[in-house]
Amino acid sequence: MRLEISGVSHRYDQMEALRDIDLTIEPGEIVALIGPSGCGKSTLLSIIGGMLQPSEGQVSASGAVPEGCLNPLTYVFQDFALLPWRTVAGNISLVLEDHKLSKVERAARIDEVLAQTGLSDFRNAYPKQLSGGMKQRVGIARALAVRPAVLLMDEPLSALDAQTRILLLDEFSALFARTGMTAVYVTHNLNEAVRLAHRVVALRRRPGTIKEIHTIDVPIDQRHEGDPQIAAHEAALWELIRDEAIAADKELEHVG
Amino acid sequence: MSDDRTAVKNPVRLRAIGFNPRANPYAAWGSFIVLVILWQIGSSTGFISELAMPSPVAVGKALWQLIVSGELWVHLAASAQRLAVGWVLGTVAGLTVGFLIGMFSWARSPGVALVSALFPIPKIALLPLFIIWFGIGEPSKFATIGFGVFFPTVINTFSGVDNVARNLIRMGQSFDLSTWSIVRKIILPGALPTILSGFRISSSIAIILLVAAEMIGAQYGIGALILSAGNLYQTDQLIAGVVVLSLLGLSVSWLLGRLDKWLLSWR
Repeated sequence: MRLEISGVSHRYDQMEALRDIDLTIEPGEIVALIGPSGCGKSTLLSIIGGMLQPSEGQVSASGAVPEGCLNPLTYVFQDFALLPWRTVAGNISLVLEDHKLSKVERAARIDEVLAQTGLSDFRNAYPKQLSGGMKQRVGIARALAVRPAVLLMDEPLSALDAQTRILLLDEFSALFARTGMTAVYVTHNLNEAVRLAHRVVALRRRPGTIKEIHTIDVPIDQRHEGDPQIAAHEAALWELIRDEAIAADKELEHVG
Repeated sequence: MSDDRTAVKNPVRLRAIGFNPRANPYAAWGSFIVLVILWQIGSSTGFISELAMPSPVAVGKALWQLIVSGELWVHLAASAQRLAVGWVLGTVAGLTVGFLIGMFSWARSPGVALVSALFPIPKIALLPLFIIWFGIGEPSKFATIGFGVFFPTVINTFSGVDNVARNLIRMGQSFDLSTWSIVRKIILPGALPTILSGFRISSSIAIILLVAAEMIGAQYGIGALILSAGNLYQTDQLIAGVVVLSLLGLSVSWLLGRLDKWLLSWR
């Protein structure tokens, strides 16, 4: 599925969050959105998935969706957004229950995504029993269960500790390489962006506009931690957004 | 630095002591037993006059009399029925209105304004009005209890709905769940802990109003029993009635505890 973002602007009351964003996400492409806090990257992701009405402009989708797709634009959340009163399997079942699937089909899908994310032994556990990394794996499994056309990932690793982040980053990269998934990946971590994305969109802040689109032509499954080529891309991106990050750091919050 | 190594060693004093009360079921039961024993000793020695306060033994005898004569069950059945019907009516209406206020803008401001204005009225003051509307019989008592339960349930329900994590609702929307699914599978279970803790408050309000209503106009019921015993200065029977009320309250709270355990096992 191809997503076309054309002329998108958004304002919250007085604050202009996004201005004139034009961007096309091609099928099979991973696009990372990076930028300092307040650059509107999460706002843009909400607009892409139809969770926020932009003040101007529109997002349009075209092209085929995968077979058995129940929810073309599917989010993975920073805070996991799991129902604490449902088990791992129950949380996945939640997003299938509103669709016309037979019980057998539903169970098969749940088994399949649990196996893919290494959660088969945890299917009856409750979220509070799981580590942060496991919770996010449930978030991924839930998203995969609806066979999405585009994954919209909102800082999926930001709530995790450094070790877990490395593990999940490897899993994401394997998943993207294996499935050829289309994804928009919001992060403030440049390392995640250079490991996972075909194109990295750097946003400028206040108002959020596209500063530069940085292409990384190394195949995702050949990128590794400490690879000099990848490190060079990361350094280049840091050069790109450094001044923005410093400005963001020094800014006072508007009171009231 | 080298001097420090040879100096006298003072163990670091533990300072994080206290502010951590723990439960002890034996002490809970023991406190009742000690109270009753002290009370009995006071009565037996004449320190507590029989006129002012009957002894535990006298109260026990009165209670036994009520049990064997079958009188107690008549009163208890009448009270339990009023309590159950009134509480259920008030709770069902309160949950409905609470959910509407919690979910819809059109219901919110009018609902909150009306509830805020009507909640502080002591419902027992309205009993004469309810008697005019519904007659002297059971419906006026159901209405008193129901109204008393209704308002706190509304307030509690909509604040429970307000406290359901917005990110879970957004998650449901992002997976295109139907509105009914979001209400049933996300909002209702999310609000349930608050709703259940509100049941404890509404059930004690119901018991207070039950007794008050029965004291104003009822032939049977624990409230009527206490009132008639008081009119005849049968203080032993009066205290026996109070004991029954206390047991009734404890049973209700035990039932609600079971409900909590059953519905909130995921916590």
